[in-house]
Amino acid sequence: MPAPIAAPARAAAEAQPPPRRRLSPAGRRRGAGLLLLLPALIALTLFFVLPLLSILLDSFTSPEPGLGNYVQLFTDGYTLRVLGRTLVIALVVTVAGIALAYPYAYMMTLAGPGVRALMVTVVLVPFWTSMLARNFAWMVLMQDGGVVQGMLGLVGLGDVTLLGTTTAVAISMTQVLLPFMVLPMFSVMQQIDRRLLLAGQSLGASRLSTFRKVYLPLSLPGVAAGASLVFVLALGFYVTPALLGSPQSALIAQVISVRTRELLDFGGGGAMGVFVLVVTLVVLGLSRRLAGPGATTGAAHVMAGGNDR
Amino acid sequence: MTTPPADGGRIELTDLCKRYGTGPLVVDNVTLDIASGEFLTLLGPSGSGKTTTLNMIAGFAEVTSGSIRLGGRDIAPLPPHKRDFGMVFQNYALFPHMTVAQNIAFPLRERKVAKSEVAQRVERTLELVDLTGMGDRRPDELSGGQQQRVALARAVVFSPSVLLLDEPLSALDRKLRQSLQQEIKRLHEELKLTFVFVTHDQDEAMSLSDRIAVFNEGRIERVGTPADLYRNPGTRFVARFLGESNLFDGRLHPGGLYEWNGHKWAAPATSPATSPDGAPDGAGHERDLVVRPERLRVATEPGQVPDGANRVPATVTGLYFQGTHQRVELDYGGVTGTAVLSPDAAGDDLRPGSGVTAHWDPAHQVLVSRTPTP
Amino acid sequence: MTARPWLKIVAFLVGLFLTVPTLVVIPMSFSSSQTFRFPPAGWSAQWYERLFTSPEWTTAIVNSLQVGAATAVLATVLGTAAAIGVTRLGERAKGVATGFLLSPIIIPNILIALVIFSAFLRLGLSGTLSGIVLAHTALALPFVVIAVTARLQGMDPALQKAGGSLGASPWSVFTKITLPLAMPGVLSGAVLAFVSSFDEVVISLFLQSPTAITLPVQMFNSVTVQIDPTISAASTLMVLVVSVPILLAQVIGARRGNRGRQR
Repeated sequence: MPAPIAAPARAAAEAQPPPRRRLSPAGRRRGAGLLLLLPALIALTLFFVLPLLSILLDSFTSPEPGLGNYVQLFTDGYTLRVLGRTLVIALVVTVAGIALAYPYAYMMTLAGPGVRALMVTVVLVPFWTSMLARNFAWMVLMQDGGVVQGMLGLVGLGDVTLLGTTTAVAISMTQVLLPFMVLPMFSVMQQIDRRLLLAGQSLGASRLSTFRKVYLPLSLPGVAAGASLVFVLALGFYVTPALLGSPQSALIAQVISVRTRELLDFGGGGAMGVFVLVVTLVVLGLSRRLAGPGATTGAAHVMAGGNDR
Repeated sequence: MTTPPADGGRIELTDLCKRYGTGPLVVDNVTLDIASGEFLTLLGPSGSGKTTTLNMIAGFAEVTSGSIRLGGRDIAPLPPHKRDFGMVFQNYALFPHMTVAQNIAFPLRERKVAKSEVAQRVERTLELVDLTGMGDRRPDELSGGQQQRVALARAVVFSPSVLLLDEPLSALDRKLRQSLQQEIKRLHEELKLTFVFVTHDQDEAMSLSDRIAVFNEGRIERVGTPADLYRNPGTRFVARFLGESNLFDGRLHPGGLYEWNGHKWAAPATSPATSPDGAPDGAGHERDLVVRPERLRVATEPGQVPDGANRVPATVTGLYFQGTHQRVELDYGGVTGTAVLSPDAAGDDLRPGSGVTAHWDPAHQVLVSRTPTP
Repeated sequence: MTARPWLKIVAFLVGLFLTVPTLVVIPMSFSSSQTFRFPPAGWSAQWYERLFTSPEWTTAIVNSLQVGAATAVLATVLGTAAAIGVTRLGERAKGVATGFLLSPIIIPNILIALVIFSAFLRLGLSGTLSGIVLAHTALALPFVVIAVTARLQGMDPALQKAGGSLGASPWSVFTKITLPLAMPGVLSGAVLAFVSSFDEVVISLFLQSPTAITLPVQMFNSVTVQIDPTISAASTLMVLVVSVPILLAQVIGARRGNRGRQR
């Protein structure tokens, strides 16, 4: 990708003041940069952005022009119930995730390098273990007469049916999504100067009080980033509810799947999809406000092996 | 106002020891009596145990054995937040999510001071450190020097009896460091608190402290006023760590004679370190002879050396003009040294490579022991 | 400051919750029974035999390997070029471009599946393996971009300038300096792209046809459509073949990274 070819691309992209000389070296570099980017941008546009726009269009035009699909979304009792159930499960999974991930991430910041490497690996195990293998494992564990039921029986809960219920779905989703909670939290907590805690104590605050007034507020951006990520991913989760839930307790993703794959109703399914997308963008936008862009990308780096930074 | 509460800020460390796990002692039987209102500096290279000692005083490190008393009361069992010490940290440790005023108010809030009084005291303390009007800023909007002032304000706002300072100036550049040194000195005079100051910077220690405790390998090697330590370092370590010196590792002979490398110098007995003990060829006679650079003279002709002076031939290896004085780097045949001369005394004949005679008045030399006195 | 015992216990339990349940698939795969009973009543290797002999499973495995390999190649080429391109942009353009390139990782998979399915249905790409490859490429791009970017960020930009000053053309600076230095990132990006495709379910489910079934889709169908314990053998295979190498790479990578940083 030699620079000379890049010159016109650059000139087209940015109208330059009268080209007295040829392009500056920096301009050439940028031109080459754009050229290198182009194939990926085209691919993403073709296989991602354009289809998204076409679905958006469908949701307003098919089967007939208007807001019919969206009106139906909020008036049709069934869809409303599914939406409500999905939001509740996403919320439960998020809250349970915070409760489990916070102490774990905190412990990661305290551990020595060896233990910490182990703890990072443990978090990444679910992330890089086949989604189906994990959900299948939960199916086996939570079936009637299975291990989890047996354990619940031991603490006197008797024969609770789990498989096919939203409880089973929530438990499994919590585990599956936990890495997305732990990693942003860790990446924020790691940057908190631990001397602040000593300072708090030297100024007369107890350990608990220092934690509440200094550490907790400083770690909140990580919590916000993790929580929004998990909430958003939980909203669109398909495999877990499909395997561990039941049609009676369907979540929005399953309904979208039925609408589009089986009924080919792209207008109706599309409207649901757009609704999920809007909620997603709003939640992510809010968390960006709260947490700044760093926390989420930091987590993405850990996941992709860019290591913690 | 002139005399602070008699003993409220007195700190007594007795046989203080610290070890991590089964490792060696990082603090080894430290005993130190810090008077109320004193400015005492713990000075030493990194890893010498000074910071660990400070952390034990602050309550951040558990005491392995020994005792710490504040105003006569044993404080070892108290958690850090009940010790009532102000502490200033190396990198300021300001709370980034609070404004300057909130940072300074933090210790007052924790002590449940009434709101109106909090505002008043924060205002007064901001004034004290010359930051009036900065209360609403965030720490990251301040310069390094300003942040350090906030840290100082936060540590003294609740009128503690002792202020602990852990290398508070090491993150600042030289110029700022000097102005903050004056600031700290002024605060000490105004507040009349006990200051315990940790640093590895000997200049800082010398210009600030009432007394300095020199740490080496977990022990206090020597305690004294800056002038006392400089003039009479007592051990080789202190002589090398505090100020520059021309140090000769020879032997002391009976009758006030010192021998180094075949040179024989007068060494009149003036202090315990100048009288040998044990057999003439034993370790009891091993002493280092120290001459401070400003006490050393340089003669281009042996004839210029005054009578009664100790002398040694040397080669000039470097000449540095420094305005108020001239620095001469010398080589005594494998041992290097320095002379600091007034510009007039240096003369124009000195050149790198020229042979000279270094000399000094025996009264200006000190003998120090090679190992710390047990 | 040291950790309190209760904190260690909680962290340990969370660690167990993250790792242990999945391990059930290993004993399950050696079960002799037709059901999913755990622990198994008897032992056999019949599910492995079926996994590697029955045409529906072997075809799915071969399909998945093909799709994964093709995705890895496409995503790595596009993603590496894009990551290098991004580093040459101005500060603002860099942020916008990175955000766009990483967007597939944040958008819920069901949505991507929905939009790609509708588009591919019209383009005639639905129900074909090449359609799945294209969709997976869009999905895998962020992983390659992140891996390569991370590597490039650690690189001294002066190196490229030095290359230029020593007389290398931009092309040979790229091939002889930038690319070799970015290579570890490129390789790990390729592995991640392969794995993300090999494990992807939702989009493959939407785009499936009798001739285009990937291994995860076959697994999904084996529990939802019929009850086929072969899934336990397939799961074990996936854990051993996919997770273990990735995790090893992670651990080794983390060690290297740390060492590099301390220098």
